[in-house]
Amino acid sequence: MTIVKYILNRSLTLDRVFHALADPSRRVIVERLTEGPATASDLAEPLPMTLPGALQHLQMLERSGLVHSRKTGRVRTYRIEAEALQPAERWIAERRAGWERRLDNLGAYLAEQRDDPRTSDDG
Amino acid sequence: MTERSVEHASFSFERVYDASPAQVFAAWADPAAKAQWFRNPEGWEDGPYELDFRVGGRESASGGPKGGPVHEYRALYWDIVPDERIVYSYEMLEDGTRVSVSLAIMELEPGGSTRLTLTEHGAFLDGLDSAARRRQGMGSLLDALGETLSGDDHAGR
Repeated sequence: MTIVKYILNRSLTLDRVFHALADPSRRVIVERLTEGPATASDLAEPLPMTLPGALQHLQMLERSGLVHSRKTGRVRTYRIEAEALQPAERWIAERRAGWERRLDNLGAYLAEQRDDPRTSDDG
Repeated sequence: MTERSVEHASFSFERVYDASPAQVFAAWADPAAKAQWFRNPEGWEDGPYELDFRVGGRESASGGPKGGPVHEYRALYWDIVPDERIVYSYEMLEDGTRVSVSLAIMELEPGGSTRLTLTEHGAFLDGLDSAARRRQGMGSLLDALGETLSGDDHAGR
């Protein structure tokens, strides 16, 4: 029972992480944070949205556990918090992220093949 | 000193491609085609890519971010059923340290389009106490996130 619960909790964490990463704006934020800590306005700047919109994404990233924030004076600074993940989760997250990227590439490659008249009557 | 540990993990996920199983299979079987999509993330320095696609054949790739760890991938093909299934195992090394060994199964189901199911069963080695990983701080999840981010600006469709 304990083991089942443990696995369920673990997969819930992973679900939140993958849900958090399912949005392009949130991925831009995470990408920026992999380079180092940043403030909310730094993070909002490249995004095609208002600061409150960016803050909503930051809140979702915090709930996923991927991002952690701390307020110093009037400035809230965000940093990435992936050490929270257990090794097995990290292993899965790392493999899945790599596969997501490659399988997207594969889809793009197949679409090119389909649109290329030289290969369109293959298979 | 390295504290030894093994974490077991499995996962599986599906994609549907608007292509025939033969076209999808060819993208895995032909070295030139596979190099097109199985590439390293943008901005990585690439090592050589080799694929000897037959049962008992091997595949290898390497690369890494500038100034970061070198990632090596080495695979061995165990079972190949054209247009249906590929079973292979692979190891991943970071700066020469073996990080994981896994069994991967790629299955294709025909339909109007092709459903690809990818399953991995893996052993993640010495993850808790690897000095190399601690030194990297955030560890390889962030490398992987960076890969996803830099490799595809349009994910999440």
